[in-house]
Amino acid sequence: MSDRKYSKDHEWIEVDGDIGTVGISDHAQEQLGDIVFIELPKDGREVSKGDEIATVESVKAASEIYAPVSGRVVEVNSALDDEPALVNSDAFGEGWFFRIELSNPSELDDLMDEEAYKAFVEDDD
Amino acid sequence: MTGSETELKRTPLHDLHRELGAKMVPFAGYEMPVQYPLGILKEHQHTRAAAGLFDVSHMGQVRLSGAGAAAALERLVPVDVIDLAAGRQRYALFTNEEAGILDDLMITNTGNDLFLVVNAACKGQDIAHLKDGIGGDASVEPLEDRGLIALQGPLAAAVLARLAPEVTGLVFMTAATIDLEGVTCLVTRSGYTGEDGFEISVPADAAARLARRLLDEAEVEPVGLGARDSLRLEAGLCLYGHDIDSETTPVEAALTWALSKARRADGARPGGYPGAEVVFDQLANGVSCRRVGLQPEGRAPVREGAEISDGDGRVVGTVTSGGFGPSVGRPVAMGYVETPLSKVGTRLNVMLRGQAHPIAVAKLPFVAQRYHRG
Repeated sequence: MSDRKYSKDHEWIEVDGDIGTVGISDHAQEQLGDIVFIELPKDGREVSKGDEIATVESVKAASEIYAPVSGRVVEVNSALDDEPALVNSDAFGEGWFFRIELSNPSELDDLMDEEAYKAFVEDDD
Repeated sequence: MTGSETELKRTPLHDLHRELGAKMVPFAGYEMPVQYPLGILKEHQHTRAAAGLFDVSHMGQVRLSGAGAAAALERLVPVDVIDLAAGRQRYALFTNEEAGILDDLMITNTGNDLFLVVNAACKGQDIAHLKDGIGGDASVEPLEDRGLIALQGPLAAAVLARLAPEVTGLVFMTAATIDLEGVTCLVTRSGYTGEDGFEISVPADAAARLARRLLDEAEVEPVGLGARDSLRLEAGLCLYGHDIDSETTPVEAALTWALSKARRADGARPGGYPGAEVVFDQLANGVSCRRVGLQPEGRAPVREGAEISDGDGRVVGTVTSGGFGPSVGRPVAMGYVETPLSKVGTRLNVMLRGQAHPIAVAKLPFVAQRYHRG
């Protein structure tokens, strides 16, 4: 079982120390379809939990991505500029969006674990 | 108009879509496949490279018959129907008194009668419009027991020729009654992708069998509404309710090519359709805004409804269709801009998530049309 956590907006976060890596779930990429463009946040941007932080454009529509936790963006996955389809092919790996330095790690407690997220997605369908 | 609670209608290919693993969505009152497991991007590319099969059975098919049907139909469209020869097809528009576009349609002279294909969302209104307008002079018969299958792409002709070699004798915008798998079908060489291809009107009870037969061919993949939209946008073709509607005229919509010579002010049968005076005035004196192609300069797609502004921040237009063009590998769009700014190459801005992004007026279509003109 991974210690990956999920938001109700289908973002995932995996924390190592005080740095979290954020992306969107495999379920989310499947729902969105072929992804053709991702607008990533600027390095260094300070965000509060729930802020719009990125935009994903699929062939169908634009979708907003929200910060699952508060903190400061310390790195973005610039490989997505040239190859946004990495999110489709490897949502939990090469398709990560950005890394964030958590300012309030207790916010992680509000997120779902793998099992809870699976149940949430099934309810959703 | 139907409410959201109304039960969705199904096409004769509904069970086949399910079997193929399609993702079904509500569209114009029908449950329709938006994509299959291949996905929109690959379905789009497959259609440009080989052949795609589309279920367009939701569209309205109407037969007009009677000795005066062609002359009667001319009272509703700015198009030459009287001289449309047997076996020929023509694009047309229903207009209102202000020359606004009520729907766009295809008219085919089958030799015995006129066969019309109209948009799904407009068909009820179109049939009422036909009955009110010309019902006294022509028989208006909605063909509800027929399916419509489009086979589109550079290999469509080779595939369909395996079922009926005579289809290779058709050229773009011609039609013939052809036996396919023992069923009499009306086949036109036309479509909505910018590619060579066919639209096949088939009796509803034989539609699924014909679709399965075509899908058995190695070159053919099923293609959903998602790729249908990106294919037509790259081909510069209008989507009714988006790029054209009752508030836009054929001249503003840059569809003057569809206004037949015979029906123009100096033609053999000038005017005589709703809004003709407006059209003549606009042809003579110009229009204040027009439909153009739009090329976003960045990688971000722009979507319908986005505002277009000039260098001073003044709003000068709106995007009416926009998305990613899989074959051109970048975003593409269409919209309306003020006429003085409608020249190809004019640089403007489009508002995207509160920020101005550069966009240029571009030549349509974005991909070369590859119709088979013989």
